[in-house]
Amino acid sequence: MKKIVFIFSLLMIGFSTQSQEVKKNKNAKISFEVDGICGMCKKRIETAALKSKGVKFAIWSVKTHQLNLIMDERKTDVATIQGNILKVGHDVIGFDDKKLEATPEAYSTVHPCCKYRDEEIILDHEGDLKKQKKKTK
Amino acid sequence: MNKILINIFLLFLPFMLFSQTTFTGMLMDKNNPKDNLGVEGATVHWLGTNVSAVTNKKGWFVIAYKPEYKKLVINYLGFRTDTITIKSLKPIHHFLTTESELEEVTLRSRRKATQKSFFATTNVFTVNSDELLKAACCNLAESFETNPSIDVSFSDALTGTKQIQMLGLTSPYLLISQENIPSVRGASQVFGLTFTPGTWVESIQITKGAGSVVNGFESISGQINAELVKPFSDNKFFFNAYSSLNGRLELNTHFNERVSDKWQTGLYVHGNYRGEKFDRNKDNFLDAPLANQINVMNRWQFTDAEKGWVSFINIRFLTDEKQTGEINFNPDTDKGTTNAWGSEIDTKRFETSAKLGYVFPELPFQSIGFQMAYSNHQQDSYFGLNVYDIQHQSVYSNIIFNSIIGDTRNKFKTGINFTYDKFEELVNTLDFSREENAFGAFFEYAFDNLDNFSLTAGLRVDTHNLLGTFVTPRLHLRYAPWEKGVIRASVGRGKRSANIFAENQQLFASSRQINIDDVGGNIYGLNPEIAWNYGVSYLQKFNLFEKKGDITFDFYQTSFQNQVIVDWENPQEISFYDLDGKSIANSFQVEVNYSLAKNLNLRTAYKYFDISTDFKSGNLQKPMQPENRFFANLSYETELQENNGQWKFDVTFNNIGKQRLPSTASNPVQYQLSEYSDPYQLLNSQITKVFSSKFEMYIGAENLTNVQQKNPILASDAPFGVNFDSTIIYSPIFGRAVYAGLRYKIK
Repeated sequence: MKKIVFIFSLLMIGFSTQSQEVKKNKNAKISFEVDGICGMCKKRIETAALKSKGVKFAIWSVKTHQLNLIMDERKTDVATIQGNILKVGHDVIGFDDKKLEATPEAYSTVHPCCKYRDEEIILDHEGDLKKQKKKTK
Repeated sequence: MNKILINIFLLFLPFMLFSQTTFTGMLMDKNNPKDNLGVEGATVHWLGTNVSAVTNKKGWFVIAYKPEYKKLVINYLGFRTDTITIKSLKPIHHFLTTESELEEVTLRSRRKATQKSFFATTNVFTVNSDELLKAACCNLAESFETNPSIDVSFSDALTGTKQIQMLGLTSPYLLISQENIPSVRGASQVFGLTFTPGTWVESIQITKGAGSVVNGFESISGQINAELVKPFSDNKFFFNAYSSLNGRLELNTHFNERVSDKWQTGLYVHGNYRGEKFDRNKDNFLDAPLANQINVMNRWQFTDAEKGWVSFINIRFLTDEKQTGEINFNPDTDKGTTNAWGSEIDTKRFETSAKLGYVFPELPFQSIGFQMAYSNHQQDSYFGLNVYDIQHQSVYSNIIFNSIIGDTRNKFKTGINFTYDKFEELVNTLDFSREENAFGAFFEYAFDNLDNFSLTAGLRVDTHNLLGTFVTPRLHLRYAPWEKGVIRASVGRGKRSANIFAENQQLFASSRQINIDDVGGNIYGLNPEIAWNYGVSYLQKFNLFEKKGDITFDFYQTSFQNQVIVDWENPQEISFYDLDGKSIANSFQVEVNYSLAKNLNLRTAYKYFDISTDFKSGNLQKPMQPENRFFANLSYETELQENNGQWKFDVTFNNIGKQRLPSTASNPVQYQLSEYSDPYQLLNSQITKVFSSKFEMYIGAENLTNVQQKNPILASDAPFGVNFDSTIIYSPIFGRAVYAGLRYKIK
C-alpha cells in the first residue's frame, strides 16, 4: 500500500512540474543577426520589426549587423518577427546559426544601393563608412 | 643526414601550416595606452561564423583563419563591440574603447556645420561648433552671425548690446533656454545672451514657430536652446585669447578632469575687458562702452551607464560692469549730476542648476528626468539721471517622464512643472515689485510612422497667480511627400507677462516720459500677452551638377490676441498699453544651401517681413524693422593635412532694406529724422589657420565696408534737454572692427 502511494505521488510530482508554465516576459530582450548594408537598410529592418505586433523597441547596427529587440512574449514570438524581416528582403541568421534567406522576390524589392548580397555594393558602402568615421572625429 | 632533415621538416611543418591557417593580434585598452596593457578575456570571432578565440593575459589571441573570413568581431563586456575588416594576415594591434551608451546617443556624425533636420517633426536646425567658430563669437548673442534665420541688431547707441530676432519678433517672444532650462528671461532679457561666453556653447538648437510644451508656455515665435560643453566630452584643457582693434580683450580657459570613473568635472573661466575710449563719429559719446566681466562656471557630470543614471550639476557666477555716455564722464564726480551724461550698468548673477536622469535599464525607451534651477540676477544701473534697479530671483523645476505606447513609433512625454519668480524693481522713484508663481502639467504625444509622416501634439495646463489658469496647445506635423522633400506645419499658442522695463531698457537713455495705460491688469497695470503662431515650411534637397544642396521655403504668422504695445511714435514719450485691434507679424523666408565645389559652401537667403500693429495713432509697420533682408555666406576650407592643419575662410554679406523710423516730426528740425532709413550692406569676414589639432589662430573683420549711422544719438549736444534720444538705431554704430585671436586645446 505504502509503495503504491509512494509511486503514485512520484507520478503526480511529474505531472505538476509539467503543468507549470514558463512565465512569459513582457519586456524580453532578444538579439540576432540580420544582414544589411546601410542606413536605408537600418530603417527597413527596424520598421519591419516594429510593425510586428508586440515589438516595442528595435535597433539595428550597421556595423555589427546585430538587431536588438524588446518584445512582449505574450503577443508574439521570434519566428514571426524574423518572418516579417525576411518578407522585406533581409536575410536573418537564427539562433542556431542557421541562415534564413529572404525569397528572391523579397530581395528584389530592396533598393538597388542596398543589395547587401553583392560584393561590389559592400565595398561601396565601406568607403562611405570610413568617410563617416573620419568626420565624427 | 636525410633523416635529420626530414625530422626538422616534420617539426616545422605544423608551424608552417599553423601560420598559414591562423590569424593573430593583440587587443589593448584605449584608456591605458601608456602601459600598452593588453586586455585579457576578450572574445574575437569571425562575422557570420562560430569560429572564435579568447585573448590571453597579454591580450594576444590566435584564431583559425580561412580566406573567406573577412570581418572580425571583437567583444568584451564594458567595451564597445568593434568589427574590423581583415585584408591581410599581418597581426593587428587594436584599441578597445569603453562602452558609454550616452556617448552613442549624443554624438552624431555631422556633415554640415548647420544641420537642417530632415527627420525632426519640428522645424529645428542645429548649429554646432564648426559654425560657431566661423565668426568671432565672443558670447551667445554673437553666435548667429552666419545664420540667416536669426537677425542680429543693436538695441541702442550706448551699451553696444546685440539683440536677436526671429520671424521679425524680438527676443522676449522667444524661449531662450540653456540645456532645456529657460534662462534668458525677466531681468536678464536684454543682456542675458552676453552672459554666456561663446566657447562654453557646444551647439545651439533653433526651433521656428511654437516650440514644445515640455519647456513652458512662454514661447511665441521660437525657441533657442544652447547646449553647453560637457566635462565628459570637452577638451581637457582649452585656452582662447581674443583681441580687437576696438579695444576689446577676451580670455577663456576650460579645465576638465575625470575625478572618478563616474564623476567628471569642468571649470570654465571667462574674462573680458575694454578700457579704451572711442568716439569715431565725433558726437561726444563713447561708441562702445567701457566694460569688464568675470564669468565662472563649474560643472559636475555623473554617469552610471550600467545602472542608467546621469546627472549634471552646475554652478555659475558672473559680475559685469559697463560704463558708457559722454567721453569726459567720470562716475566718481559726475554721477547723478548734470556735469556730463553717463551711465553705468552693474550686474551680478548667480545661478545653480541640477539635472537628474534615469533610463530604465531593461527599457531603453523609458526614462524619467528631473530638472531644478535657481538664479539670482541683480542689476544696478543708472542712465543720466534715470535710475533702474532690478533684482530677479527665479526657481524652475520640472519632472518629465518619457515612454512609449505599444512601440517606439508612439512616444509620449508627460510631467509637471513649477516656477517661481520674484521681481524687485525700482524705476527712478517708483517701485514695481511683484511675485509670480505657476504650477503646470503637460502631455506631449509623438507619432512617427517611420516612413513619411510624423506628428507631435502637446497640451499643457498651467495655473499662474497673475496670468490665470490657461491651456497651451502646440501641434507640429511633418510629411515627406517624395524623396528628399519635407513639408512641415505648426500651430501653437503662447502666453507671457511682459517685463516692460527690463525688455526695453534703452528707453532710460533718452528723455522720453514713461506712460503706462493702467487698465487694472496684474502686470504693471497691463494684461498678459497672448499670441498664436502658425507656420508652414517646405524643404527640398537636390543634386545640381553632382553637388548637393537644399532649398527651404518658410512662412510664419504670429497673431496677437493681446500684446503690450511699446509705442515710440511720440519722440517725447514712450507709451505702454494693451493692444486694441490687430497685431500681426508675417515672415517669409527662402533659403538655399549649396556645395559649389569640394569644401566650398554657399548659403543664401531672402527674407520678407510684414509686421503691422494697431498703434493709437493708426496701423503702422513695426519701427526699425527692415521689410527686406538678403543674406549670403560663403565658406571654404582647404584639405586637412597630415598634422591636421588647414585654412578656413568665411565671408558673410547682408543687405538690409529700408526701415520705417518712429516719428520725429514733432522734434525741432535739427533733431528730425526721415520717415525711412536708407538700405545698406554689411560685410564680415574671417580667416582661420589651423596649425594642428591643438592650436589655431584667426583674424577677421566685422563691418568691412565701414557702414556707420550718422548721428545715432539725437540731441547729443544737449543730453539733459528734452530731445535726447539714443534709441533710434537702424544700422551699426561702431564702423569697421578688426580682430584676431588664438585657440589652444589639449584633448
